[in-house]
Amino acid sequence: MTDRRKEILTAYVFLAPNFIGFIVFTSAPVLASLYLAFTRWDLFHAPRWVGMQNFVSLLGFSPSADESTSILGLTRVPYAPNDPFFWQYLYNTAYLMMAIPVTLFASLMLAIALNQKIRGVVVYRTLFFLPSITAGVAVLILWKWLYNTDIGLINSILTQLGVAHPPDWLGSSTWAKPALMLMGFVMGVGGSSMILYLAALQGVPRELYEAAQIDGASGRQQFLTITWPLIAPTTFFLAIMSVIGGFQGGFMQAYVMTGGGPAGSTTTLEYYIYNKAFAVFNMGYASAIAWVLFVVILIVSLATWKYGGRAVQYH
Amino acid sequence: MKAVRATALYAFLTAGAVIMVVPFYWMLVTSVREPSAAFSTASINWWPSEFHWDNYAEAIRRMAADGMSFWRLYGNSLFVAAVGTFGQVLTSSMAAYAFARLNFPGREKLFFGYLATMMIPGSVTLVPVFAIVRALGWVNTYYALIVPGIFSPWGTFMLRQFFMSLPRELEESARIDGAGLTQIYLRVTLPLSKTALATLATFTFMGFWGSFMWPLIVTVTPELRTLPIGLTVFTQRYSTDYSLLMAASVMATVPVILVFLFNQRYFIESIKLQGIKG
Repeated sequence: MTDRRKEILTAYVFLAPNFIGFIVFTSAPVLASLYLAFTRWDLFHAPRWVGMQNFVSLLGFSPSADESTSILGLTRVPYAPNDPFFWQYLYNTAYLMMAIPVTLFASLMLAIALNQKIRGVVVYRTLFFLPSITAGVAVLILWKWLYNTDIGLINSILTQLGVAHPPDWLGSSTWAKPALMLMGFVMGVGGSSMILYLAALQGVPRELYEAAQIDGASGRQQFLTITWPLIAPTTFFLAIMSVIGGFQGGFMQAYVMTGGGPAGSTTTLEYYIYNKAFAVFNMGYASAIAWVLFVVILIVSLATWKYGGRAVQYH
Repeated sequence: MKAVRATALYAFLTAGAVIMVVPFYWMLVTSVREPSAAFSTASINWWPSEFHWDNYAEAIRRMAADGMSFWRLYGNSLFVAAVGTFGQVLTSSMAAYAFARLNFPGREKLFFGYLATMMIPGSVTLVPVFAIVRALGWVNTYYALIVPGIFSPWGTFMLRQFFMSLPRELEESARIDGAGLTQIYLRVTLPLSKTALATLATFTFMGFWGSFMWPLIVTVTPELRTLPIGLTVFTQRYSTDYSLLMAASVMATVPVILVFLFNQRYFIESIKLQGIKG
């Protein structure tokens, strides 16, 4: 056998285990999912082709039978969504994602603070990192306990501070989302974004700050003219990753802490997909939601790319 | 002026650190409270009056009464994560070696195929992968928990990038000494990539360890449950026994914290690697 043929054979042998797994558990499922999105399938009978029906049910609007339907205070809306739940859960998902910019900004502030020459910096970094490393069911149970309306720590502290009627956190459709966002903030602020920001800050040349100080630039000016533009690629990357993650998030919180309620106020698209697939066995519909979610993620990522691309163009 | 700034900085960091730590402290305090002790918002007992360490034994006993051995939950999580991580590192490093160092027809196209699927959300493949696992008769087996998680294209991508950055001279000299391609992979490429492999291993292990939706879907009986699923079942059963819930949560969390403290470097590195992912 020639060396060339030997090399090709070796390559295929090395590739085979991973490639077979890739076909079976990634690429074939992607194609199958695309097919299933156009079917009705309960897992037990053969899938039945229904064309666009899933997407019409999911995204379409129909003339409303009830003429007094009211949306946002406008009465007599002639059309109503076929699947109002989808829109509610899309709204929930987007609402929860509003915490992303706040958390990212706080992570950056924290990284800047930890990038100073101070004593005990390793201890601080570890303490801030701890919540994100332990994130999981155990910590969600802990937060459910902290948020307990009558005897939880958070309301105890609020009562001590003189708040007469502290919120019914996870039991109220007004407060449940902010509660999850606050929890996400505490668990995520010192996590991977802070670590990546720290790495980025360490790559900013010190001479730039020294030169700026000689020119009499204030701390704020240094941040705006040196730090912020130079770490823009990191911000851009974190923003895209958080947005992608955010659209696919919320399942564990909903499952462990709220059951998606009250009144569906903490059900995200991910939880909706899970319920459609594994609670009511509507596999085709679940696949259709997943593809709509994918398209939404794609559009938002491309938009961020375009906008972020402009912001990062100094390179 | 400088002293004022430093003081403000310490105050800011310390206040933040306290907020990070208080929930864990409260978890510990609650876990040793008398289970029936009345809580009220009227006062906060930052220090327990009595230490009921037997809450921990009681939590384990109640799980056992529901057919779940706490140690088995732990063992399952460890086993699944360890085998899955080994499989991921082995198969990805082999494929990455082929992509980075071997010439074969269709290499670029295939690699592009790997890249293209990395963007697709997990919920898209969820239903078909479950159908495949079901067709294979793997529901409620360790295979279902382990095998589908091994083949993420991401591990291959990351290691391929790393292997490309290795100097070729060492491989050339090994080749002149008569080493075959497999020997070069085993004796040159892998030893040079220890940090990258350990980093991928940490990353993958954490993924398996924290995995929630998938084990929830594919396990049915208590013997197969992993720690997150077992804890959730326990929570649903004893939703108001917070002392027991916190005792179980402490037992689930403390080992993670210990592992993290002793291997911080790899955790940090595995996060920095995410930065390369973009």
